[in-house]
Amino acid sequence: MADEALFLLLHNEMVAELYRAAEQGEGENGRCTTKLESMGFRVGQGLIERFTKDTARFKDELDIMKFICKDFWTSVFKKQIDNLRTNHQGIYVLQDNKFRLLTQMSAGKQYLEHAPKYLAFTCGLIRGGLSNLGIKSIVTAEVSSMPACK
Amino acid sequence: RPVLLSVICHPPQNYPLYIRSVPTENELKFHYTVHTSLDVVDEKISAMGKALVDQRELYLGLLYPTEDYKVYGYVTNSKVKFVMVVDSSNTALRDNEIRSMFRKLHNSYTDIMCNPFYNPGDRIHSRAFDNMVNSMMMQVC
Repeated sequence: MADEALFLLLHNEMVAELYRAAEQGEGENGRCTTKLESMGFRVGQGLIERFTKDTARFKDELDIMKFICKDFWTSVFKKQIDNLRTNHQGIYVLQDNKFRLLTQMSAGKQYLEHAPKYLAFTCGLIRGGLSNLGIKSIVTAEVSSMPACK
Repeated sequence: RPVLLSVICHPPQNYPLYIRSVPTENELKFHYTVHTSLDVVDEKISAMGKALVDQRELYLGLLYPTEDYKVYGYVTNSKVKFVMVVDSSNTALRDNEIRSMFRKLHNSYTDIMCNPFYNPGDRIHSRAFDNMVNSMMMQVC
């Protein structure tokens, strides 16, 4: 992947721009998150196609999730997911303790409420990738303390 | 010598995104062939769930005794199926060549997916893709 700073800046600007447009009456808060998420969705579809081009076939869902945590996350964010938990019934929790898109923000409580906006694109990314691999999913994110997120 | 390639979408629709054959008559018959071979592909995928080591499939899917065609299949991780129908009299075509043709198809398909103007699920109308397929088929026939 090219220099990360480029994507980081672009992403932050994307989020800012969408919300600015919203304030001018073109849409409301919820819709911005949806737009970001759908952008991520389409990008995720293309990305996953490229990344799985040369990999072996996935055995099952868990295999796919591991792929997302390791190879996919490494290619996109240059690091792996720190923790993956599952209840083996279809729910997976991916924890990233130093999420790249949040590291540039201050670690205190100040921006906690704005953090989800910055996670929407990535949620879409995961959802798009999974959908192309044949898994329908709902991806949500929460931030309890910067820059970690689940 | 007729050669047909088609790229088929992933489940549940399974409709073809791209079909090309040389020569172009009898294309309808090929549509039927391809459709039935899809069932064989699905069978193979589910059977593979147990014995799994190998990555992609490359197999002699169907052989019609009367028509003498060989059908090859290839399925990507994203469940997109590629099907190729070759005339049996074309014995010069080796396994490796078929494999490399599928790789090329897969590479071009990946490029199309990454094209922001392409909506997944639409029919493929790309000139680059057409050119690649044409040159591939010229080599074979």
